[in-house]
Order: sequence, then C-alpha cells, then structure tokens
Amino acid sequence: MVGELVPILVLLAVAVVIVAGIIGLTHLFGPKHPDPVKLSPYESGMEPVGEARTRFSIRFYIIAMLFVLFDIEVVFFYPWAVVFKKLLSMGSFILIEMLVFVGLLLVGYLYAWKKGALEWD
Amino acid sequence: MDLSLPVIHIQSIYPQMILVLFAIIVVILPLFVHNLKRELLALISVVGLVLAYFSLINLWGQNLTGFNGMIVGDNFSIAFSIIFLVGAFLAVLLSLNTVENEYLNYSDFYSMLLFALVGLLMMVSSTNLLVIFIGLEILSISLYVLAGIRKMRVDSIEASLKYFLLGAFATGFLLYGIALLYGASGSIDLVEIGKYIQANGFSGTFILAGAAMLLIGLSFKAAFVPFHMWTPDVYQGAPTPVTAFMSAGVKGAALAVLLRFVWTIAPLSKADWTIAIWIIAFLTMTVGNVVAIAQSNVKRMLAYSSIAHAGYLLVGVLAGSQLGQASIMYYLLVYTMMNLGAFGVISYLGNSNKQENLNLRDYRGLGFKHPFAGLAMAIFMFSLAGVPPTGGFVGKFYLFNSAIQAGYLWLVIFGVMNSVISAYYYLRVVVNLYMHEPEKEVAVPKASLGLSFALLIAMVAVLQMGIMSSSYFEFFRQAVIAMP
Repeated sequence: MVGELVPILVLLAVAVVIVAGIIGLTHLFGPKHPDPVKLSPYESGMEPVGEARTRFSIRFYIIAMLFVLFDIEVVFFYPWAVVFKKLLSMGSFILIEMLVFVGLLLVGYLYAWKKGALEWD
Repeated sequence: MDLSLPVIHIQSIYPQMILVLFAIIVVILPLFVHNLKRELLALISVVGLVLAYFSLINLWGQNLTGFNGMIVGDNFSIAFSIIFLVGAFLAVLLSLNTVENEYLNYSDFYSMLLFALVGLLMMVSSTNLLVIFIGLEILSISLYVLAGIRKMRVDSIEASLKYFLLGAFATGFLLYGIALLYGASGSIDLVEIGKYIQANGFSGTFILAGAAMLLIGLSFKAAFVPFHMWTPDVYQGAPTPVTAFMSAGVKGAALAVLLRFVWTIAPLSKADWTIAIWIIAFLTMTVGNVVAIAQSNVKRMLAYSSIAHAGYLLVGVLAGSQLGQASIMYYLLVYTMMNLGAFGVISYLGNSNKQENLNLRDYRGLGFKHPFAGLAMAIFMFSLAGVPPTGGFVGKFYLFNSAIQAGYLWLVIFGVMNSVISAYYYLRVVVNLYMHEPEKEVAVPKASLGLSFALLIAMVAVLQMGIMSSSYFEFFRQAVIAMP
C-alpha cells in the first residue's frame, strides 16, 4: 500500500524542486526594471485591486452560457472522432448519434439567436 | 483497441425521445410563428404526452434492457412513468386557467415541464446510479426554472433560489454517496453493487456511509423530515400548476429510486437501516401533520400535508415486500390525482396574480357560490384525509396493510393516529367552504374549460379508485420488482 504511493511522492518532490528552481533562478539572474503597471497581476486586464462586488453587465452571463454551448460541444467531438472510423464499420449508429447531438445543439443555437442573445444591444 | 457496439434497443427510450422532441417543438415553434395561443402550445404538449403514453404501454411486459444495461424498461419503471405522465397531463390542464396568466413565456413553461418529465422517466428507468443522477439533474434544473417562472414576483424568485441552493446541496450528498458506493464495490450499477453486498455483507465504512448519503440526498428531494425545510416556501412561491406537479412527481421518483435501492442493494431483512427508515417515516408523518394544523395559507397547508403523505409512502418502503411496492404505486397515483386536483381548485378559486385568495378565510362561503369547485375540493380533502369511499382511504389501507404484514404494528398505529390529526385541517377547508358566511366579496373570474376538465378527471379518478380499487391494484401488482 505505502509502496504504491512512492511514485507520487517522487513526482511531488520533482515538482517542488523544479518550481522552486525556476523561481529562484529568475530571482537571481533576471533583469529587474519594475514599474507599477508591470507589477500588477494583469498588465492589460481589469483593475486587480478594488471592491470585489463591482457590478458588470448581465450580458456577460449570456455570453458565458453561449460559450458553454459551443465549447463543450467541441470537447465531446474529440473522443467521438477517435473511435469514429472503427465503429463506423459496425453500422451507422455512431454517425446518427452525433447528428442527433449536433441537432440538439443547433436547436439551442437557434433559440439563442432568435431570442436576440447574439446581439449586444 | 478492441471496440464493439453494445446492444442498444433504441425503443427502450422512445418515451423519453418523444417527450424531448415535443419539448423542443414547443420552445422553438413560437420563435418562428408569432402570436401563438397558449392553448395550442398546451395541445402540442398533450399530444406529446399521449404519444409517450402509448410508447410506454407498448413496452409493457417486454422487460427490455437498453444501452448495455443503462436503461431498464421493466414494468416497475413503466408503471411509475405512467403515473408521472398523468401528473404532467393534469399540470398542463391546470396551467390553462386565467389566473395563471402571468407567466411571461408559455413556451418555456411547457417545454420545461416536458423536460422535467423526461428527467423523471430517466430516473425511474435505470439501475445505473449515474443515469439516475443525470435524470435527477434534468428534473431538478427544469424545476428550478419552473419554480421561478413568474419572474416579476419576489416570492417566486425566492422559491426558485431556495430550491436551487438546497437542491444543489442535496445533489452533492447524493453524488458523494454514489462515489462512496462505487469506491467500495467497484461498480455504479445497483445490481452489481447488490452482488458485492451479497458476497461481503452490508457492512464496511464506505458502503454504510454511501448508503446513508444516498438516503439523505433522496430524502431532500422527497421532502422527508428532517430534510423538509425548503418545502413550504418553495411550494408557496412556485406557480400552482408547478407546485402540483412537483409535489407528486419528485416524491414519486425519489421513492422509486429508494425502492430500487432498498430492493437490489440492501434488502431490509438483511440490513439494520430499517430503524433509520422507521424513524424518518414516523417523523415525516408527525411533523407534516402537526405543523399543517397551524397554517392559514392553503398552499402552505398542502405543502405540509405533502410532507405527511411522503411519510405514509415511506411506510410502504419499510414493508419491504412486493405488496408494499404495489401499495406505494397505487397510493402515488391516487395522491397525484387528489393533490393536483386540490391545487387545481386553489387555482380555480384564485382571483388574479396579485390576489390569489390563498388564505383559508378567503374560502368562506365559496362552496355555494361555486358548487363545482366546492364539490371537487370537498372530495379531494376527504380523499387526502383518507375517508371512504375515496381512493385516499383505499391507498392508505393498502399501505398500512403491507406494513402490518411485515410486522410494523406500532408504526401503523402512529400512522392511523396521524390520519386522524390530518382530518382536522383537511376538513377545516370544507367547513370554511360550506359552513361560514363570506366575510367579504371575493371575486373569482371564470375558470377555463381545461381546468374544469382536469378537476372532473381527477374527481372521477379519485372516486373510481376508491370504489373499484382492485383492478388498479392488480395492474400495479404486475409492476413490482422481482425478487432479487
């Protein structure tokens, strides 16, 4: 039981050594020209320090939901594509199944489109 | 890599497929055809329900296993599915009432209702815990939306949010329980887990903790005490047809899963968690009934009454026999009829969205002014209280009978005492309807034809199941899970 865990321990040790090494080395040898903008976590992003409960447009939620719709779809395509050729030789079920899946996504897209979710104003 | 296609038997999920198709039609059609009447959308939903019903009947007795054991189309699942279809059918009819005019978007309403139904059907038609979980999620997410569909009302939003937060919490318990059972036995299929338990006994930390968490998760969904806190607020805030559908459907699905679980994993004779179910059943009956007495809001009263009825149903689970299973199905069908009927009358006597006439005082004298609704409410209340010759009496008789045969005499005594307590608050509604002078003029708009039709169906069914109970009971006796 304990013996099985040794590789994980080794992996942990290697990870710590590498990360500590890289951070330490950059501290030692890296050039330093600090200025306030450079020191902020997101150089060209949003203001990193401030009230956590700022308000932002509710439209972002719809964008996020659409992102899920179109992005997760791609994730499901990968394993399907891997076995596609092999299973196609056993009948067209695998093709129909994915067509059904894409069809359902299309309905979701159609709904979002017709409800005006794709327009910013 | 060696791959092969499992045996699919696509017809085993025809009912679900039909319902999904119609849910999509209902939500997409109004986007292209403008100014659709809601009656038409309701009609499309009903067509979907009828088609799904016939495809279910078609599967009866075939014992089909689809998708490599993921879907089990046994009579047990079909019987529960039919009960849910009846509930959804009545809920669609209820939604046609003028009072329920305020939902901004009927297409969303009917589509979500059908999707919730799909979730219910998925839940009961599998022994695979992950499929059950997915079914539960489809059901829950649809119901979160449905509970908050009156977007402009604070109590509806409150109901939706409370239901969502507590539901998500309960789902976590359920999933953790599934994970523990999987970790202990190496399978997520109830039958396989059952085999593991046969070999190794119902013991060990992971199995016991997993079973307990599963029980907690299902108790939340079915509103067993002490996991019932969300019920009154959610039932009060959600639109009446949604409340009606929720009270019968979710309870039924949770009980079906619990039955499958008890039956395949841990036969009660071999396990000592009978004591846990005994206590939960006792508490659920008692707390539901006693607290219901204190309610003056009719919807809240019915919420607590639904908690109490969950307790009665749990008595059938405890019986652990095929008689108990059939009794649960019978009672669930009667309960669907009388509870949806009672909520239907609430909707019937409701005035407008602002003024729903939900207080008991509002009902004073309405029985003579609206004889049809008054008669219907009286019958449903008598049935809920368990007075012969209604179906509620026969259902309770079957349930308690199965428990006595299993040797749970004291629980049955408590159950009967609870029925007596419940008679007080059920009959109080009838007293208010007929034996008091109205305090003020309560305006009741004309009810829709669909609602009256639903009330008529429910009324006839409740009486028929009380008088000619044996044919229904024989039907459900064919639907029990076989001995493991």
